[in-house]
Amino acid sequence: MTQPSRSSLLMAPALAWLTALMVVPCALVLALAFFRRGTYGGVEYTFTLENFGLVFDPLYAGIFLNSARIAGTATLIAVIIGYAAAYAIAAAPRRLQPVLLFFAVLPFWSNYLIRTYAWIVLLNREGLITQLLRWFGYTGEPPSMLYTEGAVIAGLVYNYLPFVILACYAPLSRLNPELAEASRDLGASAVTTFRRVVLPLTVPGIAAGAVFVFVLSIGNFVTPALLGGGRFQMIGNLVYDQFLTANDWPFGAALAMALIAIMLLVLMAQALLADRAAGRAAEARGGADG
Amino acid sequence: MAERSSATRRTLWLVLSLVFAFLYIPIAVLVALSFNEGGLPTAWSGFSLKWYASLAGNSAILSAALNTLIVALVSTAIATLLGTLLAIGIEMRRQYGKGLEALIFAPMIIPDIVLAIALLSFFSMLDVTMGLHTIILAHVVFNLAFVCSVVRARLKSFDWSIVEASADLGAPAITTFRRVTLPVILPAVIAGALLAFTLSVDEFIIAFFTAGAGRASTTLPMQIYAMIRFGITPEINALATIVMAVSITALTLSQRFNRGVIGQ
Repeated sequence: MTQPSRSSLLMAPALAWLTALMVVPCALVLALAFFRRGTYGGVEYTFTLENFGLVFDPLYAGIFLNSARIAGTATLIAVIIGYAAAYAIAAAPRRLQPVLLFFAVLPFWSNYLIRTYAWIVLLNREGLITQLLRWFGYTGEPPSMLYTEGAVIAGLVYNYLPFVILACYAPLSRLNPELAEASRDLGASAVTTFRRVVLPLTVPGIAAGAVFVFVLSIGNFVTPALLGGGRFQMIGNLVYDQFLTANDWPFGAALAMALIAIMLLVLMAQALLADRAAGRAAEARGGADG
Repeated sequence: MAERSSATRRTLWLVLSLVFAFLYIPIAVLVALSFNEGGLPTAWSGFSLKWYASLAGNSAILSAALNTLIVALVSTAIATLLGTLLAIGIEMRRQYGKGLEALIFAPMIIPDIVLAIALLSFFSMLDVTMGLHTIILAHVVFNLAFVCSVVRARLKSFDWSIVEASADLGAPAITTFRRVTLPVILPAVIAGALLAFTLSVDEFIIAFFTAGAGRASTTLPMQIYAMIRFGITPEINALATIVMAVSITALTLSQRFNRGVIGQ
C-alpha cells in the first residue's frame, strides 16, 4: 500500500465521525435557519430570510450588543489580570515557572459548573463576602451582588483567566531579555520599554487569550443563567430558549449562525494581528542580530 | 530578566499572590464547606463527614455518577482510538490542506451551545431516540480532536525513517506499529486519554441537549446544574469536592505523562 492511501485509511474513521456528527449537523442548522417556524412549533419547509431579519430586530440586536459588552468587559479584565500574572510568572526563577504555570491553569480543568457555583457561595446575600463584611463590623443590609451584571462578569473572568495566563506566558517567556536591556541602555524608561518593546512583541499571546475569552463568553449560557439569575440574557441563553422553551428552531438556528459569524470575524482579526506581530518580531530579531 | 530592583520583585510576587488567591479562594471555600457540620457558609460548626455520607445514600446522584462514568469511559476509549489513528495519518502525510486543519480544530473552538443544538436537531430529524448513547456519540467529537492534538505534538519530532527501516526489514505494518510507533507515542496517547476523560466528565451543555427526555440518562454535571438551579443543599459541596478531586487527579496524571514525553 502506498503511503498516502495508508494515511487516508488511518484518518478515515475519525474524519467520518467528525463529518457525520459535526459537519452534517452544523450544515443542518445552517439550512434550518432558512426555513419558517411551523404553526405548532416544528419546522415548515418554505424558504425565508425572516429569521436573519429577526436577528437584527432591535430587541434581539440589543441582546447581541449586551452580550458583546459583557463579553468585552470580561475579556478586558481577564487580559489585564492574566497578562500581569503571566509577566510575574515569566519573571520568576526558571525552575519555579513550570510549577507556577501548572497551578495557574489547574482550576481551568475542574468542573465549570462547580467553579461558577463557588461564586454563588461567595456572592450570595448570606454568602461569604457578606459574612466577612459583618465580621468587620458592617451592620447594614447585605449587599446584593449575586444576579447582577458584575456577578456574570466576575464569573466569566474567573473561569477563563487561566487560559489568558497560559496564552500570554508563551511569548513572554520567549522574549529576548537583551531587547529590553538595549532599550534601557538607550535611555528609555521602564514604562517606555514595556510599551514600545515588550508589549508589541507579546501581542500574539494577548490576542489569542482575548479571542478565547471573548468567544467563550459571548456564547456562554451557564454563567448568565446561574450568576445572572436569568435576568441577563446573552446570545447563548437566547439560543437555548429558542430550542428548549420557545420552540422556534429556525430562529434559534439563525442566532447560532450569527454567533458563529461573530466568532469567525474575531478569529480573522486575531490572525491579522498575529501576522503583523510576526512581522514586527522578525524585524526586532533582525535588529538585534545586526 | 536578571537585574530587578527588590521593589519590582516584591511587586511581582504580590501580583502572583493576589492572582493565586483569586483563583483558589473560591475553590478552597467550597472544599472547607463540604466538611462543615452545619453545611452553611454562615458559621463553622465543626468538622464532619456527614455530607459525604449523605451523598452515598442519594440514589439520584449515584445513578448520575454511574452514567457519567459510562459516558466518559466509552467516549474516551473511542476517541483515543480514532484520535490516535488520525494523528498518525496526518503526521505521516506531512502535507495537508488548510481545510483538514480547520476540520480538526473546529470541535475545540465551536461554541458548545452550537454543537449542542446542531446535534439535537440532527438526532431529532433522524428520529433517533436519545440517551447515553447519543451523549457518547457527541462527546467523541470534541474528545477525538483533543487526543489528536496531544498525539500530534508528540509525533512532530518522530523520526519516520525508523518506520521505513522496520518495513524494509520485513516487519508487517501491524508489527511496526506495535513495536516501533506505539512505544514512542504511548505516553502522549495516555495523556490524551486522561484529558478526554476529564473533558467528558465535566461536560454539561452538549450532554444536556443530547440526553433526551426523562431522568434515566442524567449525567453528573446535569444533576449538579439542577441542584444549583432548584435548591442548593449542602450535599453539593461534598459532590463538588469529589468531582474536582477526580478531574484534578486525571489532569495531573495527564501532565505527568506528557512531561515524560517532553523529557525523552
